Amino acid sequence: MWFPRLASDRALRVCPVDGPFALVARQGNAERLYCVNEAARRAGLDRGMGLADALAFCPDLISRPATPEQDARFLTALRRWALRWCPWVGLEPPDGLVLDITGAAHLWGGEAAMLADMRARAAAMGLALRLGSGDTRGAAWAYAHYGEGKQPLETLPAAALRLDADTCTALERMGLRRIGDLAGAPRAPLARRFGPGLLMRLDQALGQMSEPLTPAPEPVHYGVRLSLPEPIGLLGDVMAGTERLLGALCMKLHAQEAGARRLVLTLRRVDQGSQQVELRLAAPMRDAARILPLFERGLAEVDAGFGIDQIRLEATLVEPLATQQMGLGAAPQQGDRLSDLITRIGTRIGLENVLRFLPADSHIPERSFLIAPAAHSAPETGWRSTPPRPLRLFAPEPIAANGSAPPARFHWRRMVLHTARAIGPERIAPEWWLEDEGWRHGLRDYWRIETRQGRRLWLFHTPQNPGWFVQGEFA
Amino acid sequence: MFPELPPVLLLRSARVHEVCGPGATAFAAITAARIGGDILWIGGGWHSEALHPPGLLVFMDPARLLVARTPSQADSLAVAEEALRDGGPALVVVEITRPLDLREGRRLQLAAKTGGATGLCLISEGMGSNAAETRWHAAPVFDHSGDSTLMRWEVIKNKSGTTGAWHVRWDEQTRHLHVVSPAGERPGPAGLPG
Repeated sequence: MWFPRLASDRALRVCPVDGPFALVARQGNAERLYCVNEAARRAGLDRGMGLADALAFCPDLISRPATPEQDARFLTALRRWALRWCPWVGLEPPDGLVLDITGAAHLWGGEAAMLADMRARAAAMGLALRLGSGDTRGAAWAYAHYGEGKQPLETLPAAALRLDADTCTALERMGLRRIGDLAGAPRAPLARRFGPGLLMRLDQALGQMSEPLTPAPEPVHYGVRLSLPEPIGLLGDVMAGTERLLGALCMKLHAQEAGARRLVLTLRRVDQGSQQVELRLAAPMRDAARILPLFERGLAEVDAGFGIDQIRLEATLVEPLATQQMGLGAAPQQGDRLSDLITRIGTRIGLENVLRFLPADSHIPERSFLIAPAAHSAPETGWRSTPPRPLRLFAPEPIAANGSAPPARFHWRRMVLHTARAIGPERIAPEWWLEDEGWRHGLRDYWRIETRQGRRLWLFHTPQNPGWFVQGEFA
Repeated sequence: MFPELPPVLLLRSARVHEVCGPGATAFAAITAARIGGDILWIGGGWHSEALHPPGLLVFMDPARLLVARTPSQADSLAVAEEALRDGGPALVVVEITRPLDLREGRRLQLAAKTGGATGLCLISEGMGSNAAETRWHAAPVFDHSGDSTLMRWEVIKNKSGTTGAWHVRWDEQTRHLHVVSPAGERPGPAGLPG
């Protein structure tokens, strides 16, 4: 199947235009026509023409910028569409598909009927389509691009062998215009002159060399959809619909041994507006009964308008989740319960705000622990025992004091405190290999101060830059 | 020997309690250590006095702790209610910056009753809510004998019992709370002989 005007057909499907139309791509320094429609072709325009020239030819030309990556995506979509005829479909980029219809043609009432069906369906979609069917992949390509299979392969021009332009010109000069001429010519000089590529193409077209067709693997699509005959609006109804979709999706996930990490529920309303409910899970899950209650909060916020007539559920992020051995009691495990709770809390304050402390290897108090989102980390042990550390740590608050011995009496937060006992010093040196604003004062001598008033504070003195600070409070 | 722990010191489960005073964080940490299970600590993202996990180490394993950082008090309360009703974490600690009204306090209490988890609100002094089961004032006390974990815990409100004050001390080795009665001042009923 060859779609000679794939790009412009795609653009016109989105937004139809009457009259000549072209997609323009920038090549080098000039705007050139990338793809033209039938009307423009009749007006004498063709691919590769400069845009300025084309406008001179045809002043009412409508042009739009080309988007090759979207065309490639469209071709992939067409590949899925072509699976309706036979299961063996490969891509022939940039604008073709290869179908191996061996053993599938009779299902459509023979080859001719199958081709007619393809033509009719492509025409209904507004796509220009050229079909060629041959015994080999090369032959089919040749027929699709150069004549639709009436004449024998030998009479087609040499360019039908998927050769590049330089080789074609050279062959033309040698008088080898048709495939038949090439097939009859002695092989050794051709190979010497053009390399093995030419003969390989020739053999592939004539069936002397095999050319397998590799159908692209079908990625599993974790999406399910429910169209409703009558619009619904009640929360209970939407939940029931979601439940049905979740059941189907979880079956799919189960078959793939995967678990959803992020789910998107799209609710399409009668007036074509659509609303999305996103659910990010704290752990990969595929248990419909557990996921459903987590949607409640998001669904309650949806404005149903005049009613919802289509519900679509897609797992946009999927992680492998191996089947687990259930305990004999089959009670929900504590970890599952907690991750459900994290998910529910996460839908309110954001999953990145539910945190967990992890130990870190640093003797700097501020860096002796890490804070990680609980959904993406596991609890860790391995906290190193250190000299006593305060329970609360805050930004250093300067106090008025002199000397390297802890002050006997000091003001802190509008309180007068008397030192009753001081334990220390514990010297901590800055990590010079890391730039840290807070440690610009250099070394710190930490003191554990117990005041007669009761408060137990963590003070430090900076001997290189004399000053006293309060940084934490003990239990 | 140390006297037995009075029952009020073991906070009644499935209820929401309150604690204020300079030793409130230590009170929460010790409660967390004694209750066991997972702890959810809900604090405002604006709070500058952050929990320091190495300091928690003498009370409990920080791996049991989950921290929720919320943008506002309304969110804090919503998260607390959700967690209490779920009952997954055994203790839910909420840092509160403005007094709870009756409705909010009652909702937390009902959620705790449903889920069976214990709630603990860290409040500022004089910001108690009527719905709280008990309200405590915790403050560190200087100990002449050289121990540095002495605290004075006082029940200033108790819905199902009397008030009282105790001097308590945390034993780091055994991770145990001891009630001590300092010589010369015998506060509260626990200090009385018999």
